[in-house]
Amino acid sequence: MSGTRDITVTVNGATYPVSVEPRLLLVDFLRHTLGLTGTHVGCEHGVCGACTVLVDGDSARACLMLAIQADGRSIDTVEGLGRIGQMNALQESFHTHHALQCGFCTPGMLMTATDLLQKYPLATDDDIRRGLSGNLCRCTGYEHIVRAVRAVVDKRKAAP
Amino acid sequence: MKLPPFEYACPATIAEAVALLAAHNGEAKLLAGGQSLLPMLAFRVAAPSLLVDLGKLSELRQIRVADEGVTIGAMVRWRDVLAHAQLHAAHPLLVAAVQHVAHHQIRNRGTIGGSLAHADPAAELPGVAVTCDADITVVGRAGERVIAARDFFRGPLMTALKADEIITEVHLPAWPARRRFGFCEFARRRGDFALAAAAVFYDPDGAGHVHNAHIGAIGVADAPLRLAQVELVINGRALDDATIARAEAAASAAVDPADDIHASGAYRKHLIGVMVERALRSAAG
Ligand SMILES: Cc1cc2nc3c(=O)[nH]c(=O)nc-3n(C[C@H](O)[C@H](O)[C@H](O)COP(=O)(O)OP(=O)(O)OC[C@H]3O[C@@H](n4cnc5c(N)ncnc54)[C@H](O)[C@@H]3O)c2cc1C
Ligand code: FES
Ligand code: FES
Repeated sequence: MSGTRDITVTVNGATYPVSVEPRLLLVDFLRHTLGLTGTHVGCEHGVCGACTVLVDGDSARACLMLAIQADGRSIDTVEGLGRIGQMNALQESFHTHHALQCGFCTPGMLMTATDLLQKYPLATDDDIRRGLSGNLCRCTGYEHIVRAVRAVVDKRKAAP
Repeated sequence: MKLPPFEYACPATIAEAVALLAAHNGEAKLLAGGQSLLPMLAFRVAAPSLLVDLGKLSELRQIRVADEGVTIGAMVRWRDVLAHAQLHAAHPLLVAAVQHVAHHQIRNRGTIGGSLAHADPAAELPGVAVTCDADITVVGRAGERVIAARDFFRGPLMTALKADEIITEVHLPAWPARRRFGFCEFARRRGDFALAAAAVFYDPDGAGHVHNAHIGAIGVADAPLRLAQVELVINGRALDDATIARAEAAASAAVDPADDIHASGAYRKHLIGVMVERALRSAAG
């Protein structure tokens, strides 16, 4: 068995000095070590996108990153977006547009969309679909997810 | 699918990384973006005793555009290629191909060097490297050497890299302004690996005829291919319907893909003809 290493990771603004085994995945660190179970684990090999988080502001699959690689970095998870009764605009839009059914893919969809919204104009629905292509949803057929993201883009345009 | 145990090192210099690889005799693996290696570890396809993280080697993150061509450091990510203002003009075929690589989140982490070393037969960058006569620079215990892309890819996930060697950069020769190109890929879903793809370019002569044709085929053999038979068919000719139809037939005839879980060999053989046809039409404009 390999020894543990000391790392310091910032998650949703709070800093955690922790000791981890090198093989510990970032997603298991978030869920098991920190108890932040909002980030979901679907496939555990990079295909489904359910585990998407932001690493220094960029979306990444938390099952394709070691916790030790997050040393000194800042991670944002779905828990950082809002809370019950105080959801952010994107979460409200998912609610309004029925962009989820079982909700399993939703944390990953929200974190990917958060990254897309901060970087790109998303002028067309095709841009949104292309941006979300790495996130699988087995329930909604995607249409309502695209509509929810579209509504946020349109609102942003209306109120610059 | 938790990962097997391993030790971890994050060296600050290339020399240190080489020394770690050398000391572990093939039991150590480099970690770049982890977008191919971590799935391999999860599936126990690989079980190295040490991971050597290249994350601190900022000298491998540079993109240089010069008169002699484009040089890209091994730790440059897909995302950096797409965001680089000059690359779109300096190497439009590279940029067109990288647009087909994986998904947004994977492009935020996956690297050029990792893709070349991983050598997936259906990956875009190895195909572009072979098509464009790229040179791959590697560094090991014995020093630096430059390997031509056509000699680098040896088979599925197999390359000319030795166990103590690290890819430092890839060089793509200069791209003349008048060059015509096309990249055409078919995948089941956006961002998936190609079932087949064609990367093509040529330099039109004074009469507008094809000169210096380079036709690359991805996903139809154990490694990316140049299709010399197709190049012969089109060199010296105008790219009219009849020539393109002959090129399509020659492309299908040139390959003999195996059946796999994604598609039958016969399907891929047909598909590569269609990809070459469409890429040539888009090149002819
Ligand atoms: C869902 C999904 C879809 C994908 N779709 C595509 C696609 O359509 N097209 C495509 O091309 N790729 C695709 N990929 C793979 C992705 O592009 C990888 O990022 C890339 O192939 C490997 O780069 P990496 O930096 O992640 O390498 P890693 O995973 O870190 O390493 C891969 C291999 O290369 C070795 N290595 C890494 N860097 C070096 C170096 N500098 N020198 C020597 N050896 C090195 C490692 O030891 C390892 O063996 C996909 C991946 C996923 C998970
Ligand atoms: S759990 Fe990470 S991509 Fe599926
Ligand atoms: S809502 Fe069920 S997987 Fe997307």
